[in-house]
Amino acid sequence: MSRQVKFEVWVGILVLITLLSTLFIALKVSNYSALQNKATYQVDALFSNVGGLTVRAPVKISGVVVGRVTGIAIDPVTYRARVVMDIYREFDDLPTDTSAMILTSGLLGSQYIGLEVGADDELLEEGSRIYYTQSALVLENLIGRLLVSLTEGGGK
Amino acid sequence: MIWLAKLGSITLLRLQSLGQLGLFVLSVFPALGYAFTHIRLLAKQVYFVGVLSLPIILTAGLFVGMVLGLQGHYILSTFNSEEMVGSMTALSLIRELGPVVAALLFAGRAGSALTAEVGLMKSTEQLSALEMMAIDPMKYVIAPRILACIIALPMLALVFIAVGVFGGYLVTVGWLGVDEGAFWAQMQLHVDWRDDVINGLIKAIVFGVLIALISLFQGYEAMPTSEGVSSATTRTVVQSSLWVLGLDFVLTSMMFT
Repeated sequence: MSRQVKFEVWVGILVLITLLSTLFIALKVSNYSALQNKATYQVDALFSNVGGLTVRAPVKISGVVVGRVTGIAIDPVTYRARVVMDIYREFDDLPTDTSAMILTSGLLGSQYIGLEVGADDELLEEGSRIYYTQSALVLENLIGRLLVSLTEGGGK
Repeated sequence: MIWLAKLGSITLLRLQSLGQLGLFVLSVFPALGYAFTHIRLLAKQVYFVGVLSLPIILTAGLFVGMVLGLQGHYILSTFNSEEMVGSMTALSLIRELGPVVAALLFAGRAGSALTAEVGLMKSTEQLSALEMMAIDPMKYVIAPRILACIIALPMLALVFIAVGVFGGYLVTVGWLGVDEGAFWAQMQLHVDWRDDVINGLIKAIVFGVLIALISLFQGYEAMPTSEGVSSATTRTVVQSSLWVLGLDFVLTSMMFT
């Protein structure tokens, strides 16, 4: 085997190892399969407090992921937080009175949006707004309320 | 008065080397097309900088991943969230350690070798001989080596990441008994292909360009003596490492914040 052929064989082996590594990273380590552009439609909702919600956080119904948060901004009219989410097309039969809550996975986990399916006949479609929302629980507010109720209870 | 003169001369010297680097970069870019079309020259250089760096990348990747798994498990088990070790290991490898450590090792293994090779070519007047034969050393010597670095380093970084994740898996799942399904599921939940992997790869490409330019410039401009070549090799490793670390901060602040 000439030296040049030896070089080329070894470079081929390097390319092969790299391809295997890329495949391993794509399929086993990262969420590449989730990216295979599932068709989605966009809805939004206004929250008075989104807490620690981030873009790309999951949107779930009964714990199953049905979409992703794609944008968080301040609504210029109401000055509440406007959360835009992409819902997968296969879940295109959600009624318009579906409600959205910001929940936390576990005690210290990251925040996600939980949808509670309503009973209306009309369905959510591209550009619809979810009107029934429940904001994130802010621990400081909760403790504040607890303290107030405790001191009131003590006074009685 | 003397110190003022010294300050002036140091500034001029720095400016001069900056100008030389600028000229070097300007003359390299037109020559890169030549390297693209001469695959055999390129294959030989990819072998020297890529394949020969593979053993050090594989070993370092495996052990860095294992240590990350071990330390991550130690701290996360106090919160009863050992399953997160997977995502911690994978994210730190993909975003930072893969591109950066691979680049540092690459600078030490391949960059220094390139500087020494080109510096020795210069001191034995092989570069002048090429010019004498009307062969542009920029095209024939420098361009294939630069292109080989830009191709090889991202490949090595990907291999580093994959081996590192495997090392983390060996320690946490195989040794410390973290649940295997949770390990992979948490990892896939937190690692994003586009935001994390592609950005890590962009970092590796930038570092590849940087190390290639620094090491070949140092070799090309080395004093043609044994002492000159040795100090150029040292400068390559020092400058490449510092530039990689500094630029990593800039890239991270642009990509991940």
